[in-house]
Amino acid sequence: MNNTILLGTRKGTVILDRTATGWAARPILHAGVPVCYATRDPRDGTLWASLDHGHWGPKLSRSRDDGATWEDLSTLKYPEGARHILQYLPTPDFDPEAPTGQPDYADATVYKIWVIAFGSADQPGRLYAGTIPGGLFVSDDGGDSWTLNRPLWNHESRGGDLFAGDATSETHWGGTPASVDYGVFEPGIHSILVDPKDPNHIHVAASSAGVLETRDGGQTWAGRNTGMLMDYLPEPAADWGHDPHYITQCPGQPEHLWQQNHCGVFYSEDGANHWQKVSVPEAGVHFGFPIAVDDHDGRTAWVVPARADAERMAIDGGLFVARTTDGGQTWEPLRKGLPQENAHDIVLRHGLDSSGDCLCFGSTTGNAYVSEDRGDTWHCLGNNFPPIYSVRFG
Amino acid sequence: MPTVKMTSHLYRFFPQLQNQPVTVPAGPVGNALHTINEQAPGFTDYILDDRGALRRHVKLCINDTIVIDRKALTDQLKAEDTLFIFQALSGG
Repeated sequence: MNNTILLGTRKGTVILDRTATGWAARPILHAGVPVCYATRDPRDGTLWASLDHGHWGPKLSRSRDDGATWEDLSTLKYPEGARHILQYLPTPDFDPEAPTGQPDYADATVYKIWVIAFGSADQPGRLYAGTIPGGLFVSDDGGDSWTLNRPLWNHESRGGDLFAGDATSETHWGGTPASVDYGVFEPGIHSILVDPKDPNHIHVAASSAGVLETRDGGQTWAGRNTGMLMDYLPEPAADWGHDPHYITQCPGQPEHLWQQNHCGVFYSEDGANHWQKVSVPEAGVHFGFPIAVDDHDGRTAWVVPARADAERMAIDGGLFVARTTDGGQTWEPLRKGLPQENAHDIVLRHGLDSSGDCLCFGSTTGNAYVSEDRGDTWHCLGNNFPPIYSVRFG
Repeated sequence: MPTVKMTSHLYRFFPQLQNQPVTVPAGPVGNALHTINEQAPGFTDYILDDRGALRRHVKLCINDTIVIDRKALTDQLKAEDTLFIFQALSGG
């Protein structure tokens, strides 16, 4: 049973503790600083927050005393020579004919540390972080130092090794709208899944590229987008260009992966070798950002549906979670305890988490809800949180 | 020596600079920032990005003149100058 919930919000980190009478929020931490992700390392209890300073650049913040004190780290940086092919903002005055056809390059700098993940129990100090613009960073000393995973950064789907010279292939990684706040249009890694049974087996998801997999600890990577379909490009089943909003993996059955994509909900029961679209639009299950899977049953998952995709808000003013227990063949709407009138929330990609029978989600409207019976009933944790970016049990 | 005035927002992260006269050597403004970094380790990580360029929402002025070279930070400080470190205004 988890006794703590961490919220990453636009105005800081909120920690809620389970008490005899419910959940109680501590005074806000990192007050005033946008926190795009907050989580706890299950191996040693260290708390992590990704600070999204508007002025001072992204920083990781670490607490080894359960949030009493925090240490901000500026150690995650791109190495000298790291470049990427520049993407262009699709602004009204953008002229697609203007670029010469030759790629333009940009020196890499970290805009956002979007997600933090942890190695296995027998890899003490191993951490992962995903960034905009599309870097996977690895630490083996508890975050004191970080190294860019070059095989992924130099992947042929992204133009090849730009440390060595100009691009040797075309980039298929598109920009994520989440980067526009930083004045750029670059891809971002928001999901990192370390196989609980094999720590050298890792999936990452990048917006807007797709899912990639390594089986050798990050030395080689391959796309895993077979079966994916996208609605916004002429070739829906193309190898690249997909927009996973979030992917997750069943801890007890890691061959079961789930993906809430811009273009629907997708499920894989063979380790992402093949994806199957399991949306049921008539049940409201199609568009959304987050997805969670049961700890033990890989066929059970939850989503927080929203109206696709121009609106990006709760459907018809009623907030609900949908649950499947049969691999996405059927979905059950779960509304008990959730507002069904005048609710216009959107839950972002890291805004839903599950642990055992508990689920929790938080919206950009500052509402947070918890369920302790697998989503059957929900209880409000508060309506006046800052806009919520991430929810994690820890 | 040139003196430095900075937004009070930075004192939250570097309290050792608060209520202290901060002086730096004359010369390129980039050198001045690194001098401050010696007093307040990590300071340049807040002002400069991975490549050593000025962060997008940070502005430097030498007296009343905005620093032009945001990438290599070669604008020159003279002994009588004041270096101002500002943050951009932004919404809620």
